[in-house]
Amino acid sequence: MKLSLGKYLLPTYVALTFAFLAIPIIYTFVFSFNDSIKSNIIWRGFTLDNWLDVCNQQEVCDAFGNSVIVAVSATVVATIMGTMIAIALVRYRFRFRSATNLLLFLPLATPEVVMGAGLAAQFLDFGWQKGLPTVIIAHTMFTLSFVVVTVKARVATLDPALEEAGRDLYANAAQVFWRITFPLLLPGILAAAMLAFALSFDDFIITQFNSGALDTFPKFVYTAAARGIPAEANVIGSFVFLVAIAIVLVVQIRSSRKQKKLITK
Amino acid sequence: MAFVALGPQAPVASQKPTKTGRVALYLLLPGLFYLGLFFLTPLFSLILTSLKAPSATGVIGRYDVALEIGNYGYALGQYAPQIFRSFSFALIATVIALAVSYPIAYFIGVTARNRPLLKGMLLTLVIAPFFISMLLRTFAWKQIFSNDSWLLNTLKDVGLMGADSYIIGTDFAVIFGLVYNFIPFMTLPIYASLDRLDLRLVEAGQDLYANSVTTFRKITFPLSLPGVISGTLLTFIPISGDYVVASRDFLGSTDTAMIGNVVEANFLRIQDYPTASALSVLLMAAIVILVSAYVRKSGTEDLL
Repeated sequence: MKLSLGKYLLPTYVALTFAFLAIPIIYTFVFSFNDSIKSNIIWRGFTLDNWLDVCNQQEVCDAFGNSVIVAVSATVVATIMGTMIAIALVRYRFRFRSATNLLLFLPLATPEVVMGAGLAAQFLDFGWQKGLPTVIIAHTMFTLSFVVVTVKARVATLDPALEEAGRDLYANAAQVFWRITFPLLLPGILAAAMLAFALSFDDFIITQFNSGALDTFPKFVYTAAARGIPAEANVIGSFVFLVAIAIVLVVQIRSSRKQKKLITK
Repeated sequence: MAFVALGPQAPVASQKPTKTGRVALYLLLPGLFYLGLFFLTPLFSLILTSLKAPSATGVIGRYDVALEIGNYGYALGQYAPQIFRSFSFALIATVIALAVSYPIAYFIGVTARNRPLLKGMLLTLVIAPFFISMLLRTFAWKQIFSNDSWLLNTLKDVGLMGADSYIIGTDFAVIFGLVYNFIPFMTLPIYASLDRLDLRLVEAGQDLYANSVTTFRKITFPLSLPGVISGTLLTFIPISGDYVVASRDFLGSTDTAMIGNVVEANFLRIQDYPTASALSVLLMAAIVILVSAYVRKSGTEDLL
């Protein structure tokens, strides 16, 4: 009896905790179909209207559009600069290595409110108007270190012999990079870009301090919370969730197949 | 912060950096310059602003450069309860999140180790909350716990809750919301450590007649310590500065305000930049002291 209890205790606990984690996600999804009038608090019946006409609430759509513009811009810039740093950290010897590591580590260990207020104070000192550019600058800053960490792990698994083989076959530095190094790093770079995009898209605190009048999706939700969040916001949240989960599932299934091959070998 | 490096991953080949030369400089310069300009100098702007005095012109929201150290005394005196609350909430939520997350991380990293598909699915479930806006999730809890919700009405009918008791706006609600939001941040780094745990060490312990409690205490847990350290930092630091969960539009009330709420109100609403900056500097200083104590144990290179 004791044995079987011990055997089922952990899986039961894990299943219950996952159910708990899913509650607000399911709630948001269900209430995206609510036939709500203004506030989306009480269940008033099923409708597809919110999904079919998301831009009925123009503000939600605009905020979502801004979030996408910010996330794409910040992701591109942070991924390029972060990948360069990651390659340098793993491959090159240079002075000030520990200072560099510290500078990269600090943004990960700084509360968002401090980074947000600091940047906003600097923009005030510079006399810069807050808006789309300042949000993109802020998001590039706080996602950069995450890109470095993610790509670095991939660079570290790269076998330098492959690049040496390329050089032995008279490939020049650019050819070695674009034909060998870059394709091998690509999964890591893509993972980093996805992470940067997700972090930027969901960021609220740093955005609130540096956006001025610009609305992003999380900022819209925060402001709307005082009077009740419209169902259209649930639609956008659920839609983003479904897209992200689909991408992750495809990646997971593909990599688990690869691992299974490795294990059975 | 090792959790971000999850994903499909071969064991890391330990290679020493070998190349030298100018290229390193060109690779590093843009990113480091960027962080210097938009991460490091803003911290100095924050210190500068925290010492400013109200402008001689008397215009609200304008301040002159000064050395007003009294701003710190004012911030500490005025907002001591919020500062204390931030760190005690962060500590309590971190401890609860650790207790909740460790078994999940163990199950994924050890029990499900040889079943890649199950493992992948479970990891997806852990990170699933990241894919839906944190604000929407927190707002969902607000509605679930709100006064006339199905849950509260049921609890009151059954007699588990008093007729005029409530949940939203209490310390419990805020800590609950914080724990919920940070379970994935705690689970992933611990999982990453346990995934690398060599099970032969545990078997060796059993062979030497250690019971399961002893093998856990002396082998499994110490070897997962890097993950526990990362996880607690990834939970404690953001919580100490969070102000969404504790906001009165979400799970909190004016009685649950944390440092973040005060910084937000002072900076963005009443434009008292010096007080907001002084509070931010104090928060940052407390975090730096805490993190350096941790880092001294584990080393920055490891944490990164």
